[in-house]
Amino acid sequence: MEAAQVDRAGINLKPSGRTSDDTPVEFPTEVGKTVGNISVENPVFTCRDVDVFYGEKHAIKKVGVDIARNQVLAMIGPSGCGKSTFLRCLNRMNDTIPGARVTGSIVLDGKDIHDRKQDVVQLRARVGMVFQKPNPFPKSIYENVAYGPRIHGLAGDRIELDEIVHDSLKRAGLWEEVKDRLAHPGTSLSGGQQQRLCIARTIAVNPEVILMDEPCSALDPIATARIEDLMEELRQSYAIVIVTHSMQQAARVSQRTAYFHLGDLIEVGETDRIFTNPRHKLTEDYITGRFG
Amino acid sequence: MSSTNKPLRSAQETQAIVARGLRRRYWAERRFRAYGFMAVVAGMAFLVYLFFVIFSNGLGAFRQTELRLDIFYDPAIVDPLGTRKSDDLQAADYQALIRAALKQRFPEVEGRAATRELTRLVSGSAAFDLQRRVMEDHTLIGTAEPRWLLASDAVDLLQKGHVDRVLAEAERPLNDRQLAWLDTLAADGALELKFNKTFLTGGDSREPERAGIWGAVAGSFFTLLLTLLLSFPIGVATAIYLEEFAHRNRWTDLIEVNINNLAAVPSIVFGLLGLAVFIGFFGLPRSAPLVGAMVLTLLTLPTIIIASRAALKAVPPSIREAALGMGASKIQMVVHHVLPLAMPGMLTGTIIGMARALGESAPLLMIGMVAFIVDVPKGITDPATALPVQVFLWSDSPERGFVEKTSGAIIVLLAFLVVMNTTAVILRKRFERRW
Repeated sequence: MEAAQVDRAGINLKPSGRTSDDTPVEFPTEVGKTVGNISVENPVFTCRDVDVFYGEKHAIKKVGVDIARNQVLAMIGPSGCGKSTFLRCLNRMNDTIPGARVTGSIVLDGKDIHDRKQDVVQLRARVGMVFQKPNPFPKSIYENVAYGPRIHGLAGDRIELDEIVHDSLKRAGLWEEVKDRLAHPGTSLSGGQQQRLCIARTIAVNPEVILMDEPCSALDPIATARIEDLMEELRQSYAIVIVTHSMQQAARVSQRTAYFHLGDLIEVGETDRIFTNPRHKLTEDYITGRFG
Repeated sequence: MSSTNKPLRSAQETQAIVARGLRRRYWAERRFRAYGFMAVVAGMAFLVYLFFVIFSNGLGAFRQTELRLDIFYDPAIVDPLGTRKSDDLQAADYQALIRAALKQRFPEVEGRAATRELTRLVSGSAAFDLQRRVMEDHTLIGTAEPRWLLASDAVDLLQKGHVDRVLAEAERPLNDRQLAWLDTLAADGALELKFNKTFLTGGDSREPERAGIWGAVAGSFFTLLLTLLLSFPIGVATAIYLEEFAHRNRWTDLIEVNINNLAAVPSIVFGLLGLAVFIGFFGLPRSAPLVGAMVLTLLTLPTIIIASRAALKAVPPSIREAALGMGASKIQMVVHHVLPLAMPGMLTGTIIGMARALGESAPLLMIGMVAFIVDVPKGITDPATALPVQVFLWSDSPERGFVEKTSGAIIVLLAFLVVMNTTAVILRKRFERRW
């Protein structure tokens, strides 16, 4: 942390891991000035000047970024940098935390999600979320997937509901493994299966955006690989935002990457560019493993 | 601090120090286990003694002495006007039938004093039994039948071995003549201890041989049923509101402190409150299970609220996030996911609260449920008493026969408690979810 602040003060050290010398290193000194292009064509989410406070703590500072359709945006950064907090702003899950305050504009398809007319239940049906720890409901596999369509009234009858459950499990790559035991409790599955069940549960509501908060941090490499493959398929239909601690994962699954540091969004850009040619000193330090 | 990286002691020295302390550490553990074991043994001993005393005293209450007499339903006594109307039959002197039967059985007895002594062998309430029998079946009039009649409490005590025949005549409840008659009856097989149906089905009475527990059981049942119906929803709803919906501020803190304090308020204070508010201000009936239940609700609410809040707190937040993340509204989150998981804990709190309510007598005294009530209550507004109050009433009665009734009532109270808790535990098991 101290090292980072010294860096920020502008001491010009030639980074050891630089891949090209011709890109100038930028040191934005004011809050909210992000390196790289935060805008995209036809975004699903447009966030500008987002601040989050937990009581007195200023957790997110003037963050602005667009989220593109049919792309995976990876958010990386050291622990406590605010990436999960920012993720939770997108479906207003921060509302549930006492003392949390979000300001700034977060626009989903042209409508601010903090607008009075925006219903939070409606918002969460449009912006689904997958959590760090697989958290299936303590109900059957079928009921887990059917829950969303049921509360939102998406299925007219039992046949339609069966179809949604089948389709969602299939798209989450879980159907073959659970088709004979839909009545078993969701908690009886393995960790990787549980996480795919959570993804199936989320896509059963047919959201526009899926938020994933370190979805693989509790899984083994094989289960992780399956989820990553799944994300590649899912991005054909949805915009995906993933928070991850694994830079390899970010490089593998995402098209754009955002690097957070102590509540600031330091750098955003094409994933390839960020990992091969970071423009900010902090980004470079992080991805080359100097800290984090 | 020296610059060389050398430990303070050698490994052998460290081991020696550890070994020296070992004996003391194990000794402390053994001592603690011995204390614990002794405490458990002492507790069990007291419990066993308590049960032994209650059961040895109380089992007698379930048996009652009866004596057999040949009763002639004399039309001249039962229906002197010959109308066969219920009103006339009810007003007849059934005691005379018993007197006549006794006279026939012991024709040698003469004189007012001797006749009175003879009549005292039979319970004063035996006549009601005959009355009920005739009212049910008019064709009995004019016929005779051998009939088991309730013996008086003195005879009952003798039969159960509570009367010492060796004592001087004046110190016994039965004199020599009465003992002789009873011996004659016993020799004929006309004096027996029979199962005491009246105790389990009847209401209270001033005569111990006639007193039944059913009135108190029904009173307790109505009171507790209503207490459950009132306190469980209110308690659970309060807990859910405070835990899931209310914002944390000074008001909710104040409410929380007050609820915790209410749990420690002496129960008689709740009785006074019930008397002043429910009866005095709202004019609800006295001695009624309705008011009893309302008072006991106030008493059990803090317990249920505290236990329910603890159960809600124990539900992992990941489930709440999952539900909210799916777009469930807050109430859907609570009803669909949080409540099912918290239900076993809530039921545990309710069991504790209800068990306390069942054993509570002080607040019921204040609202008049201590009255002498003969009729079995049929609803929540009928005058009634409750099991612990009945225990209190009987233990306070001077008649020797009530001693075993008191213990009998305690046995019934314990049985009621066991049935109630077993039901609750079965219910809780059904709600339990594997996590």
